[in-house]
Amino acid sequence: MERIPILKMGPYLLVTIQVDMHDRVAMTLQDELTEQIVRQHASGVLLDISSVNVVDSFIGRMIGNIAGISRVLDAETVVVGMRPAVAITLVELGMALPGIRTALNVDAGMALLKSARKISSNGRLAR
Amino acid sequence: MPQKTQMASEIRNQQASILKDWVNYQLAANMLRRDLIIKEHELRDASRQFLELFVTALEESTDISTPGWKPAKEYLGELSHARAVQGFSPSETAMFILSLKQPLFDLLQRQQRDAKALAEDFWEMTVLLDRLGLHTAELYQQSRDAIIQRQQMELLELSTPVVQLWDEILALPLIGTLDSNRTQIVMESLLQRIVETSARIAIIDITGVPTVDTLVAQHLMKTVSAARLMGADCIISGIRPQIAQTIVHLGVNLQDIVTKSTLADAFHIALQRTGAAVTKVGASA
Repeated sequence: MERIPILKMGPYLLVTIQVDMHDRVAMTLQDELTEQIVRQHASGVLLDISSVNVVDSFIGRMIGNIAGISRVLDAETVVVGMRPAVAITLVELGMALPGIRTALNVDAGMALLKSARKISSNGRLAR
Repeated sequence: MPQKTQMASEIRNQQASILKDWVNYQLAANMLRRDLIIKEHELRDASRQFLELFVTALEESTDISTPGWKPAKEYLGELSHARAVQGFSPSETAMFILSLKQPLFDLLQRQQRDAKALAEDFWEMTVLLDRLGLHTAELYQQSRDAIIQRQQMELLELSTPVVQLWDEILALPLIGTLDSNRTQIVMESLLQRIVETSARIAIIDITGVPTVDTLVAQHLMKTVSAARLMGADCIISGIRPQIAQTIVHLGVNLQDIVTKSTLADAFHIALQRTGAAVTKVGASA
């Protein structure tokens, strides 16, 4: 079965989804990512969906779940590289993913995670 | 059917005089647009060509759905299209074919026959010409619809520009009412530009939007949500006092979106967020 690699980059985990997300793949990813966050003490997760062309409500909910679970484990999730068509589809499906951080590309997402971390270590913004 | 071919051959024999009568009737009709039909000989040419096709088709059948009528119908189609583009009204266009009735009826009347046969011929000819008339009107309508559709598309493309104000700052000045169709196009072009320019902030200026109701507000929210999914924050600017009142009275929730009254204010905020600042050159210390 196809598996999505989870790469460790410093204190963050990088998940690049390069296959079309089937439901099983998404479920496996959710399990493995949760495990990895705990094992690696990750403080942030970058979910790169720039190669994803097709989404449905299940995948939308999955992304929301992954972000929710990560937050409980004190790791901020940033969804990066969403394509315009995918963004429109998600909005039309009524899944605007509230509360999830987004960035245009991995670079911007990394910068966002770094700045969020700086702020929270200063104790001004506990997200 | 001998009778029909007989009618066709009679018309064929008298073709020249029918044509002359027909053109005269068309010229005499007060509906004729003298300002649009510039030359009489153009009308004569069109009438002659159509009459030729008409008789050829009539020699085969009186049912206009048969393939024999195809050339005549195609010619009518071209004519209606041309007249629709020139700005003729539907009745003026239909009069072209309907005015052929009179010369044909005159022809039938000249043949001395019993009343029953005459009435039958009249009826047949009326049905035939009415069908052709309806066909003309329908084609005319189609041409007009095509023109309207094309203009709508052009308007849509013209009315949704996305401009780059600064590094990472886009502006989307909206003019006119936002319906679902336009929202879709606005959203697509905005998101496309966000990708192209790596924009972090998009300013949606609604100064040119005449009314904001719940539907328009919903469309705005959708656009903002989609841009946020792409990692760009949106600022809505150009909210006029009346519109601010309407939004609150309608109970529309714009709480999560930054709103500013003018584009300048929005631009100021956007510059601050991207870490840029505008200062006057050589300002006294």
